[in-house]
Amino acid sequence: MNKIKLVMTVNKKNVETEIEPYARLLDVLRDKFGFTGVKEGCGIGECGACTIIMNGKKVNSCMVLAAQAQGADILTIEGVENSDGSMHPVQEAFLEKGAVQCGFCTPGMVISSYHLLNENQDPTDQEIKEAISGNLCRCTGYKQIINAVHMAADNMKK
Amino acid sequence: MPLMGTKNYRHLNKRLNRVDSADKITGRALYAADVKVPGMIFGGSLRCKYAYAIIVEIDTSKAKAIPGVYAVLTAKDVPKTQSWADYPYLSDGTVRFVGETVAIVAAETTDLVEDALKAIEVEYEELDGVYTIEGALEKNAVQIREKGVGLKDGLPDKDKKGNIFYDSYYPIRKGDIEKGFSEADFILEREYKTPFVEHSYIEREACVVMKDPDAGIVTAYASAQNPFFTRRYLADAIQAPFNKCRVVQKMLGGSFGGKEELVGLMVGRAALLVMATDRPVKMVATREESFMESAKRHPFNFKYKAGLTKDGKIIAWEGTQIANAGAYNNQTQYLNCRAAIHSAGVYNIPNIKTDTYGVFTNNIHSGAMRGYSSPQIIFAQEQFLNEIAKEMGIDEIDLRRKNILKQGDLTATSQKLTAETITLEMIDHMVNTTEYYRKKEEYSNTHKSKEKRKGIALVSCYRGSGYGAETPDAGGSLVTAIEDGTILINTGLAENGQGLKTAYTQIAAEGIGCTTDIINFVGVDTHSIPDSGMTVASRGTVMGAQSMRKASIDLGTLLRETAAMLLKTDPDKVDIDNNEFYIIGSDGKNKVSLADVCNTRLWTGKAMAVYNWSEPGDLGIDHHTGQGDAFPTYSYGVVVAEVEVDMETGFVDVLKVSSGHDVGTCVNPDTVEGQIYGGIAMGQGFGVTEEVPVNKGQLESKNFDSYIFPTSIDVPEMEAVIFECDDSAGTYGAKSLGEPATEAVGAAIAAAVANATGVPVRELPCNLERTLLGKSLSKGGMIK
Ligand code: FES
Ligand code: FES
Repeated sequence: MNKIKLVMTVNKKNVETEIEPYARLLDVLRDKFGFTGVKEGCGIGECGACTIIMNGKKVNSCMVLAAQAQGADILTIEGVENSDGSMHPVQEAFLEKGAVQCGFCTPGMVISSYHLLNENQDPTDQEIKEAISGNLCRCTGYKQIINAVHMAADNMKK
Repeated sequence: MPLMGTKNYRHLNKRLNRVDSADKITGRALYAADVKVPGMIFGGSLRCKYAYAIIVEIDTSKAKAIPGVYAVLTAKDVPKTQSWADYPYLSDGTVRFVGETVAIVAAETTDLVEDALKAIEVEYEELDGVYTIEGALEKNAVQIREKGVGLKDGLPDKDKKGNIFYDSYYPIRKGDIEKGFSEADFILEREYKTPFVEHSYIEREACVVMKDPDAGIVTAYASAQNPFFTRRYLADAIQAPFNKCRVVQKMLGGSFGGKEELVGLMVGRAALLVMATDRPVKMVATREESFMESAKRHPFNFKYKAGLTKDGKIIAWEGTQIANAGAYNNQTQYLNCRAAIHSAGVYNIPNIKTDTYGVFTNNIHSGAMRGYSSPQIIFAQEQFLNEIAKEMGIDEIDLRRKNILKQGDLTATSQKLTAETITLEMIDHMVNTTEYYRKKEEYSNTHKSKEKRKGIALVSCYRGSGYGAETPDAGGSLVTAIEDGTILINTGLAENGQGLKTAYTQIAAEGIGCTTDIINFVGVDTHSIPDSGMTVASRGTVMGAQSMRKASIDLGTLLRETAAMLLKTDPDKVDIDNNEFYIIGSDGKNKVSLADVCNTRLWTGKAMAVYNWSEPGDLGIDHHTGQGDAFPTYSYGVVVAEVEVDMETGFVDVLKVSSGHDVGTCVNPDTVEGQIYGGIAMGQGFGVTEEVPVNKGQLESKNFDSYIFPTSIDVPEMEAVIFECDDSAGTYGAKSLGEPATEAVGAAIAAAVANATGVPVRELPCNLERTLLGKSLSKGGMIK
């Protein structure tokens, strides 16, 4: 099968590579570019470990063909930090609130929370729960994650 | 009330951000599947689709002919097919569960691995197997393992043939059971059942294995819960000495007992492919493979019979607890030791006779899953207690208060509880703070409703801390001071996501007197430290950390000696604050920094490190009677659940779970609360939705689209209540929590469902059909 040339922006940098037409965006991000913060849990769009932001929308990168990302603007967990290398308020809050255990769901959780707070600066409990409902976590019971999102919302308003 | 917060420590009992969080939050943390090494190729397994069959022929020639496929191995190509732990690397010619590996391949890309697996041709001859506990015990059941034994007079007997895993048989004989029942005014007998449950850690099993002359022969980077345990598989598979086989644990994406067998087998298989190809090999399980070959929580069948006096004192308790071990097994013999010890609940009963054993079936093996038999057992026992209360017409809390173990009482193994035991205070506290009786009254007003009914229930339980009598609870830690005044800590126990690195950092800081931020926990590398046993049984903090405590205290003493020398005073006049040693009572002018102390020690040739080995206490039970001191101490739990049941659909909405735990000493409230909340969610799954349905050995759930556990929307309101008490057995008085946090939640939810519907729950999960009808209709039935 003929390879495709893929050009996109990942975490504000232009990148390009050759891909198989059937390659998943998840694999291209991880294997070709080393964005291993993007995790695979289920491969069928159920767990949210592979969550990224593509053209402003939250997507499960295991369900997206890399070819569909032609020209796209992509944000992975590696791009969430502030430009000076310090943690984003969402990340700070995850640290402070004990929202992390094994950490495997965390990149996807942070992306979903970041995406929520971009659209809604003052989310309710229910809105937070809905925003992260596509991200499965087997360790935390979600409570400290929800607390962290509230804390991040407060800190971002300051 | 003995709630947390009255103990006087520098670093324990205090909140501390987890030391490994920052890497996880930023995506920098490297898990096994993230490892990439030069020249790396990929491995894969061909799995059979039959539960019981003979392999007539395997033809690998087409697969081998594919360019880019470097190795295709079957039983005849490897030194041994069966691992040291019973489970097969490769089938020996008979497959005994769906998913058993019959061939392994290595190829340049994952696509080529798939092509090669598809090109292998296997001819099978299918056999009739046994699939359930009942089936395994049937009179004329086929015997699926040579080592299986049969029953004689209802008990496992070595001289009979059958499907019982004899090593997993544990009887408990306390008092005089016949006399007990003969004196009872009231006798009740009931049966309960639990299903296969999947750990569902979000990270799938993964490893990279490579030849590594620096290490000896091979190094494996693996998602191993127990790297030393994994090393056994690595060395065993390729028949190499342990000292030349190195396992390095990568950041672990959840385990809960699950990343043991399959990770070991996978590392062994990858090592075989490394030896065959001379290339580094990466293997990552698909989620479907993880479901097929990772251990499950043991399904259990329970039968209990209790005799009580008319005022509600339990005086006789008889039980049979049978576990489904699956086709291959090296866990049930340890698990059932615990199951037997806890087979009469957290109650003070003079006459006990229970028998616990496992049976082989043509299923995926059962293994360790958070609780190690306790979630199943507590579910059954606590439903039984409520059924007794209801039948006798007595209050279910009174029944527990009357029978619960207290300080000075004897457990089922006749171990005397010598340490402070706060069970009654815990029950009272939980009853009061949850407003149990007010809500019970309020919810009873909904019990005639045809739409939605609410229910509430309380359960109590206990758990032996650490390994106890299962196996010796020993371990070692190395604490090293470095010339710049920083500290390295190293132990054989592993961070599995539970927060062990953070707890050990606090324990080391407490011992040395330094701050936590100058301590770095070395990840587990089997070439760097002796084996400390497994990070299981919630033993990491309670027992495993004893050596860390002692080593750090000893290192602190050495550092203080040097500080005293530099300050020209006696060591007992020196203390440390903020990494500076000072003379006690001086105005702060006489100070020397930890860095200067360490530097001085280095250049004067003084010891910079302390290694401590902590030996197990004297514990053990008699194998024939199950009597003896079983555990160094016990953790206690009281959990209250509130639910709302939709009487039309059977949907169970868990409204609130209040989870109270006696943790002895709370090392870090943040991680303790995190364990409790996570335990509630996992217990909710166990209670309401989680079951890996198996139909003649075929798994009917293999991914998260059909295997359902709680999302952020499903979880209830959660209340964590942390109790402390005086108990010197564990490290700084700490007791187990990781497993207690989940073990009683499913039981409490099931009991609350029974309270709401008026129908006792005798089988988990409380899915839609069972909730309304008390039985499952999903296997071929109809819902009217
Ligand atoms: S890996 Fe993409 S949703 Fe699970
Ligand atoms: S922290 Fe382990 S899955 Fe969420």
